[in-house]
Amino acid sequence: MSDRSLAAAEPATAPRGSGMRLAIIAAGALFFAVLPHLLPTYQISVATEVLIFAVLAMSIDILAGYTGRTPLGHGAIFGVSTYVVVYWTTVMGGSPWAGMLLGVVAATIVGAIFALLAIRTSGVYFLLLTLALGMIVWGVCLRWTSVTGGENGLRGSVRPEWLSDHLTFYYVVLVAVAVITLVMWRFVNSPFGLTLRGIRDSESRMRSLGYNVPMHLFIAFTASGFFAGIAGAIYAMFNDFVSPSTVALAQSVEGLLMAITGGIGTLFGAFIGAAAIIGLENLVSLYTERWQTVLGLMFVVIMIFAPEGIVGRARMLFRRGR
Amino acid sequence: MDRRKFLKTTGATLAAGAAASFPMPAIVRAQGGPIKIGLMAPLTGVVAAGGREMVDGFNLYWEQINNTVAGRKVEIIVEDDASNPDTALQKARRLVEQQNVSFLFGNLLANTGLAVANYVKGTGTPYFIPIIAADDLTQRQRIKNVIRVAGYTASQMPRPLADWALKQGYKKVATISQDYTFGHEQCGGFAQTFTEGGGEIVGQFWHPLNTADFSPYLGQLANSGADAVFAMETGADAARLMQQYANFGLKSKMPLLGAMNLTDQSVIRTMGEEVDGVIATAHFAEGSDNPKTKEFVNVHVEKFGKMPSLYGFSMYSGAMWVGEALNKMGGKAEDRDMLIDTVLKTELTDSPLGKTVKLDQYGNPVYDVYVRKVTKAPNGKYWNVPIETYESVSQFWKYDPVEYMKQPPYSRDFQGIKKG
Repeated sequence: MSDRSLAAAEPATAPRGSGMRLAIIAAGALFFAVLPHLLPTYQISVATEVLIFAVLAMSIDILAGYTGRTPLGHGAIFGVSTYVVVYWTTVMGGSPWAGMLLGVVAATIVGAIFALLAIRTSGVYFLLLTLALGMIVWGVCLRWTSVTGGENGLRGSVRPEWLSDHLTFYYVVLVAVAVITLVMWRFVNSPFGLTLRGIRDSESRMRSLGYNVPMHLFIAFTASGFFAGIAGAIYAMFNDFVSPSTVALAQSVEGLLMAITGGIGTLFGAFIGAAAIIGLENLVSLYTERWQTVLGLMFVVIMIFAPEGIVGRARMLFRRGR
Repeated sequence: MDRRKFLKTTGATLAAGAAASFPMPAIVRAQGGPIKIGLMAPLTGVVAAGGREMVDGFNLYWEQINNTVAGRKVEIIVEDDASNPDTALQKARRLVEQQNVSFLFGNLLANTGLAVANYVKGTGTPYFIPIIAADDLTQRQRIKNVIRVAGYTASQMPRPLADWALKQGYKKVATISQDYTFGHEQCGGFAQTFTEGGGEIVGQFWHPLNTADFSPYLGQLANSGADAVFAMETGADAARLMQQYANFGLKSKMPLLGAMNLTDQSVIRTMGEEVDGVIATAHFAEGSDNPKTKEFVNVHVEKFGKMPSLYGFSMYSGAMWVGEALNKMGGKAEDRDMLIDTVLKTELTDSPLGKTVKLDQYGNPVYDVYVRKVTKAPNGKYWNVPIETYESVSQFWKYDPVEYMKQPPYSRDFQGIKKG
């Protein structure tokens, strides 16, 4: 059986809902395009952050949603890229663009190494193994003071002069994120992506059908690391600063929570998840220093009433309504 | 409430929330409105207790002057940096870009301060750091609009202690410290001055933050052959180290010297006999008999029910420093260059130190530094009492600043130890 035939076997919802889906995607894109004209300066940088973290959440979704392996080490992969970019531009004095390229390469390599070590496991073992690998990266960043600056991190100015304006930077990021999103969307909907879904649903069946399951997992993980690396490289340009908190477990968890909040296996849910979490962080912390408690309660509520995430839930309601 | 209804209401709330989180641009206020100050402190996270004392100390000063300076009201906007540099950066952006504050104040952990400093380097917003002690912010990587009013550099204070230790006849000292830059810098200041004065560092022990059990280190300290031990600890680590140091019976064998954080009021206020007699150097000593200091301590005890820690004192004095500068320049807080210049030129006369303090040309204060001994206060609690004073100690000790800054910053690998 070829990959193509599997694509054809995908339920018929795709053609029926595709017009609707396209309309929603177009509306979303339009929303992000006009957004900065509705916002004051500071919120533009928040919106930029939402876009960047949406990419991280999508990269996690490739594994968690489409491959059935929930990773807890993507913050580390993301942060490795950020470190490389800041190190390259600040300490080595190189150009930011070359730095970003190197950052993405480094993240991809780290992703590949993680993949080699982790793909043989699944379920909670996969979760724990990626968590441990992420902690190693964090430990290295914290202790290798001569290179990473220890817990003080590295500071520099990565962003080139012509991008220093918030609005310009936002649009550049928006275009980049749009392209990356399209690539990821193609990736998960390609025959390869469908094979991944097959592995998610039944690994043994895919194996008996003759698919090289470990190879597929390896490529999926590495690609996911590649995308996380892109997000990390853009984040370096956004923040001009990196410290171990960027590679810490909290970062991995936050990325995963964004993917879950938006809806696992929906890809675009990542935008909703990132907007919800970063937006709430900014909103709630205006009123109370206990904003983390509020966020925590929100996650509990989402897990109880919409475990499939905001987009996943909306989709279900939409289908039920018809 | 069924699920669907719940979802609807939740959705509506979220949408409303999203809309409210992106309010329309604030109307830019004309001068003559209140002076807006952005205060950042860690109100959550690992150092939240210190953060609370920072805010209290800061507010105390402005309350005492009725929140008015040079005829203008003062409005303080407090933000939580969550002990995390990324959050600190985000909050600094919000204060500057959304709230349009005239200047920023605060932060506790060095990494949060360094992140914000890097940001204000681009915006030019004046940023005052009474707590952030990272050496390079007023040395090798100095930023003009970042000023350490009423703060100190990490390596500044242990140098007089090293000199004092030599005078006590201690020849060999071992150091134990939390393994991060703040610790590296304080130990470096001590080790360099101590070895250049003819002393010997017989061992340096670095342990991770939040070490519960010090026994492996204490065993090594006991066998190191040191005459005294220099400890650089903050928060709970400081309390645990002093507790276990006393329990192991080391206190009677090797006197314990410390960085000022070790015996800060925030640590020792809940402790007992185990802290008695520990020596540390600092510019502020709550047990000083200077009338100004006494007055401040009394006010603080009355208002908050406890003696001031370094956090409260530094933020209070830092606020005073900028407040006096604002008075001098007619309250024009929006004029950044003038504010920076005026603060740099202002001498702090009325502070709880009871002495005049001025800034060196790098934006770091020059202090008379006390050698302090922890003793029992009349109320039965422990406090730091000055036993000796080193006058006019700058961040460069006795070195020429330009020559000094040619040596690398202190780290685990470079402690400035003079060989043989």
